[in-house]
Amino acid sequence: MKHIISLLMENEAGALSRVAGLFSARGYNIESLTVAVTEDPTLSRMTIVTAGSDEVIEQIIKQLNKLIDVVKVLDLNDGKYIERELMLVKVKASANFKDEMKRMCDIFRGRIIDVADNSYTIELTGSCSKLDAFLEAIDKTAILETVRTGASGIGRGDRILKI
Amino acid sequence: MFRVHHLIVKNQGFMDSQNNNPTSASKDVINANPTITGAEIVIRCLNEEKVKFVFGYPGGAVLHIYDEIYKQNGFKHILVRHEQAAVHAADAYSRATGTVGVALVTSGPGATNAVTGIATAYMDSIPMVVISGQVPVPAIGLDAFQEVDMVGVTRPCVKHNFLVKDVKDIAATMKKAFYIAATGRPGPVVVDIPKDITAHLAEYIYPKSVEMRSYNPVLKGHSGQIKKAIKLLLEAKRPMIYTGGGLVLGDGSHELVKLARALNYPVTNTLMGLGGYPATDKQFVGMLGMHGSYEANMAMQNCDVLIAVGARFDDRVIGDPKDFLSKKRTIIHIDVDPSSISKRVKIDVPIVGHVQSVLSEMNELLAAEKTTNDISAWWKQIDEWRGVKSMVYANSDIVIKPQYVIEKLWEVTKGEAYVTSDVGQHQMWAAQYYKFDKPRRWINSGGLGTMGVGLPYAMGCQFADKDAQVACVTGEGSIQMNIQELSTCAQYGLPIKVIMLNNRYLGMVRQWQEFFYENRYSESYMDSLPDFVKLAESYGHVGMKITNPADVEGALKEAFAKKDKFVFMDFITDQDENVFPMIAAGKGLADMVLKKDNKERHED
Ligand SMILES: Cc1ncc(C[n+]2csc(CCOP(=O)(O)OP(=O)(O)O)c2C)c(N)n1
Ligand SMILES: [Mg+2]
Repeated sequence: MKHIISLLMENEAGALSRVAGLFSARGYNIESLTVAVTEDPTLSRMTIVTAGSDEVIEQIIKQLNKLIDVVKVLDLNDGKYIERELMLVKVKASANFKDEMKRMCDIFRGRIIDVADNSYTIELTGSCSKLDAFLEAIDKTAILETVRTGASGIGRGDRILKI
Repeated sequence: MFRVHHLIVKNQGFMDSQNNNPTSASKDVINANPTITGAEIVIRCLNEEKVKFVFGYPGGAVLHIYDEIYKQNGFKHILVRHEQAAVHAADAYSRATGTVGVALVTSGPGATNAVTGIATAYMDSIPMVVISGQVPVPAIGLDAFQEVDMVGVTRPCVKHNFLVKDVKDIAATMKKAFYIAATGRPGPVVVDIPKDITAHLAEYIYPKSVEMRSYNPVLKGHSGQIKKAIKLLLEAKRPMIYTGGGLVLGDGSHELVKLARALNYPVTNTLMGLGGYPATDKQFVGMLGMHGSYEANMAMQNCDVLIAVGARFDDRVIGDPKDFLSKKRTIIHIDVDPSSISKRVKIDVPIVGHVQSVLSEMNELLAAEKTTNDISAWWKQIDEWRGVKSMVYANSDIVIKPQYVIEKLWEVTKGEAYVTSDVGQHQMWAAQYYKFDKPRRWINSGGLGTMGVGLPYAMGCQFADKDAQVACVTGEGSIQMNIQELSTCAQYGLPIKVIMLNNRYLGMVRQWQEFFYENRYSESYMDSLPDFVKLAESYGHVGMKITNPADVEGALKEAFAKKDKFVFMDFITDQDENVFPMIAAGKGLADMVLKKDNKERHED
């Protein structure tokens, strides 16, 4: 099953490679990984999307906790959470695609943020599955390029990951 | 926050060296606010940690540090002949004493030579601090001479590592390194220090304590879980106590013996856990696992309540986890590392905590209990399994049996020696036939299985306990992986006794080829062995070659009587001997293959 794991870690050189190294060394898969500094400049917040059986996820959490630079780990799937990802898609905007692209963009609440002679760049945020759905919905032959940030996750309401 | 502790520098020699140092700041700075070089800070930190021995090898990137070593006498530096041996020796020193071992190597090739030693310690959770030199900060990343990304190279095989980029960070980093290495589940920590940092000046402030928001190892176990465990243990019909290296490392042996005796339950140790429970005690059923005793493996397989203490259900211990789980039993697991729990086998009662503290709490609870548990039927069953006599071997008066050498070694040393081993058949025979009654006496590479550890391990033990008997049980294959250390042993006059079981084969490899590859002995025979007696003598050691079984005991007595001599004993042993019992990789615990005369047996 897919899990979104949030963690706080020391904002130190090498911390990211320790997490990435752990996943590759133990054969865990990473669907996406995002990391950036928090309001406290000594801490980074990371969101990892991974998949595995309950036992594997339990081991992943334990192994992450074992890393010396990791301050706190939270499996967002243990409660209610919100997940958002940003995607930029460059699509063909030739006559036969123009209208479809504008329409799909509206339906998915995206925005066209760059218009060139033959292409549009669309910005879209949402859950990973919404972004997947968008790519499914448009004509595949129209896609020139996609770039996704990977998911960021946050607990709902009182679920706060802080030290 | 760090509580700081200032040191006032009075030493005249130190001031002189400052003035001679081209990089030192002006004298008035020193007077106003004493600053010293990074190299001297490193030395001060080691002194602060009461380090007695540093095992190392010099080179360009650590020359400033070596210069400070020259000027100090807080610890003794042991010059090895290869960096791998420095790390192994520091590792063994730690295993023997329970303190943090320290090794020092230069950048690049010095650092990479140390990696096998670091990985070996990591797999067995040995607390160590390895200091490596690095190219100067401005040169990092430029493929400078002798540059290697040590933090990157060692990341998967250290508990943690640091690259120190500011002289002001050295002291706090060293403090953290020792703290991280020794606490929680112990392990090696690498501190990589660029050369320029060891020349820069800073005030020396050694933190008195460390607090890290990201690292808080648990000590006490959950008392509810501990109560539950006691209850389960007292209700068991077929209980079993299974202990590993974690019991030895956590100094929990004393409490475990108390618990086991109070309960009168059978105890088995893993390869790493030998000595955790006295092997000559009647409750001890022997080592378990791939080459464990019949009774230990059968009891492990058929028990109804199992308590695992500082052990990790390794594949060499329980074989196929599916087979192990096909029998129903309730498992209690005490371990300091939460990630060891339910990793290979689902645990019913996990207790995360320091083994010594958890066991002592269990002993208190047990003392307050009125009930006792009679398990005589289970003991009767175990005695029947013991009757199989899986460790009996056919001795010979023509050719030396390796098992016989170890039995005699145990007798001659009265079971009190530090025994180090290399990796192979000889290792298994040493584990099976030397009865360890004390923890920290059996020193071997269990997790990584590193050939070549034996001799440097013996060096570490001899430095740890200079008057002790130290025996290195090795094979003619393994010993050649760090044979250069004969020179180190000569330099420091170490009276180690090498017990080489020379079967002219990479015996363990040959055994697998005999069993699983229809006797195709691919590259497991080694030609052109040296004359080990002459080799030993060339270093000024005593060499002995023993070919006759009748001479084994006398030779051992003669060797151990040479209290201040290094003796290299080349025992020419039976080439065809195999290690039994054996559970093939991936098989279940009851699938033991016994010795030929015992014939192959399977339990349902
Ligand atoms: C560094 C290293 N290389 C290879 C191996 C694989 N290996 C395990 S046991 C063994 C044979 C050891 O031979 P020897 O030291 O003569 O011991 P014996 O088994 O004959 O007692 C080998 C090659 C290893 N464990 N370590
Ligand atoms: Mg051999």
